[in-house]
Amino acid sequence: MLADILQYSVNGLMVGGLYALVALSIVLIVKATAVFNFAIGHLMMLGGLFYWTFLEMLGLPVWLSAVLALGLAAIVGAVIQRLTLHPLIGQPPMASLMVTVALMYLLHGIAVMLWRGSIMGLPSFVSIQPMIFGELTVSRMFLLSFIICMVVFGLFVVGFRYTKTGLDMRATAEDHQVARARGIKVDNMMLITWSVASIAAAVGGILLGLRIGVGPPMTMIALKAFPAVLVGGIDSIPGALVGGLLVGILEQLAGGLIDPSLMEIAPYVVLLMALIFMPHGLFGLKRIERI
Amino acid sequence: MAVNRPCGVFNETYAEDMAIVRTRFQWGLMIVSLILVFALPAFCASRIMYMVNLIAITLIAVLGLNILTGYTGLFSLGQAAFMGVGAFTSALLTKYLGLSFWVALPCAGLSTALVGVFFGLPSLRIKGFYLAMATLAAQFIIPWLFIHVRPDLTGGTDSLLVPVPTLGSIEFNSQARMFYIIMPVTLIMLFFAKNIARTGIGRAFIAIRDNDLAAEVMGVNLFRYKLLSFFICSFYAGIAGSLWAHWMRAILYEHFLLMQSIWLVGMLIVGGMGYTTGAVLGTVFIRLLDQSVVYIAPVVEAVFPYWVGSAAAAIGPFVFGLVIIVFIIFEPRGLAHRWEMFKASYRLNPYSY
Repeated sequence: MLADILQYSVNGLMVGGLYALVALSIVLIVKATAVFNFAIGHLMMLGGLFYWTFLEMLGLPVWLSAVLALGLAAIVGAVIQRLTLHPLIGQPPMASLMVTVALMYLLHGIAVMLWRGSIMGLPSFVSIQPMIFGELTVSRMFLLSFIICMVVFGLFVVGFRYTKTGLDMRATAEDHQVARARGIKVDNMMLITWSVASIAAAVGGILLGLRIGVGPPMTMIALKAFPAVLVGGIDSIPGALVGGLLVGILEQLAGGLIDPSLMEIAPYVVLLMALIFMPHGLFGLKRIERI
Repeated sequence: MAVNRPCGVFNETYAEDMAIVRTRFQWGLMIVSLILVFALPAFCASRIMYMVNLIAITLIAVLGLNILTGYTGLFSLGQAAFMGVGAFTSALLTKYLGLSFWVALPCAGLSTALVGVFFGLPSLRIKGFYLAMATLAAQFIIPWLFIHVRPDLTGGTDSLLVPVPTLGSIEFNSQARMFYIIMPVTLIMLFFAKNIARTGIGRAFIAIRDNDLAAEVMGVNLFRYKLLSFFICSFYAGIAGSLWAHWMRAILYEHFLLMQSIWLVGMLIVGGMGYTTGAVLGTVFIRLLDQSVVYIAPVVEAVFPYWVGSAAAAIGPFVFGLVIIVFIIFEPRGLAHRWEMFKASYRLNPYSY
């Protein structure tokens, strides 16, 4: 029993790493532009599909395919921001939210148009043989995905903290007017934020694609990062990490110990609980509203 | 809109001032169009009646959503799941308890309304985007319940067959016959939707939408009215779901997933939130757009062989997403606003105001 709990917790941690990365992508955009990006799953899918195209269709090496896919994802993110969300600055927040919901359909249509909507398997570059530590078995794929997620997460956090652009992004997130007064080009910062968030999503897409193949079903898995965001707090980067891992672990525990089909909805039950009992999440800022 | 009143028509009583249909010409127009609507099955093929029925059922769900989102300003991504609750309630009641459709229909509405109120409970503390998340959770949890709780009753991942509604010896087993159930129900729901907004309840909803704190200060009981809004919205969804079940006669959890919910929200956006006319225009517009894709897809496939087999699956979502984005950016008040502008300019022609 105890071994089971440990095993499922480790599995959950591995899955949660991915949720944390996707949650980071969402939190970045929320902080800088106050838009919650529903289309994150489709950005992930596009990243994975770019990678598949470079790797399988053009036969490029893995590292080059990954770099090109991430670069293309950044451009897609910037284009989306400029074309669809930039005109809505100053409009009610629900308008931007609905645009990202509509983007789900738009990007799905584009993906089906260009890639036929079938599930593309990505060649794995680690052996399928799991690693065994005592009673624990850990799939190499999961472990690699977890490590990459954590490294990328760490890179983003370091970039935020110690680079000039990161500082500008944080200033933009804090207050657009103050940032403008300090000479920061807020429009450009929003563009960069979307690019960076798209890169994070694309990394997530490639890693998820290695596990389940790249295709429309992966967008539904990306939605499980929403509970992670809300549990952690919608505007908190540490919250994204804690929330992601927590949701991953709870999902695997519920699925493993109670009923496997519960894995599909456990994150949403967590989401509902979080909304009812602590709407601001673990680390989120409480905003006081005035009339 | 006072500006839209016909020239030379004056209101002498409050009843006249409140009336929706006010001139003899409008009464005539309404009666003629009602007769035409109910004569539709006489000169339309079954395929077209299918489309009309589909639009009518969707319209009921969108009308409910309009009350919740358009009037009360509470955002919902779970309308399709609530439709599912209505559909399964109605199906289970008629199939296993042998109740008649006419009893099952209101039961489906009420049970869905209660489920809606349950998922609306978080709305006291959260709003806007957070509420969208709560309804998103509902949207995932409810279909899961259909599949896993009693698969022996609900069919699990297989479809559940639903009995044909009967009235005396009449069996409503064709598109044209179902039309005579669906259309009256739709018209009644439309009538109530139009009028709820004009009552005190509707004004309380609008006050909550415009500023919930100010509304509370003015004495609107937020919790009560938000839940009432959820109740009405889900009741509409339940009625739509019940009709859907008895019209399709086979229901499957796949009919009630997130993507369908987004379709309903998209219809409301395109039509215009907070206008009953908007719900009608948006539903008709999006359903016809969707249908036109079915006709365009073979042409595209003939021109671009690469897309054989996937053209409809690609163009449908692409066009739908594009239309919604274009509407939000360029016409956020939707088709209903355009229609009002058109009516005003027609009436004022040749002057500009």
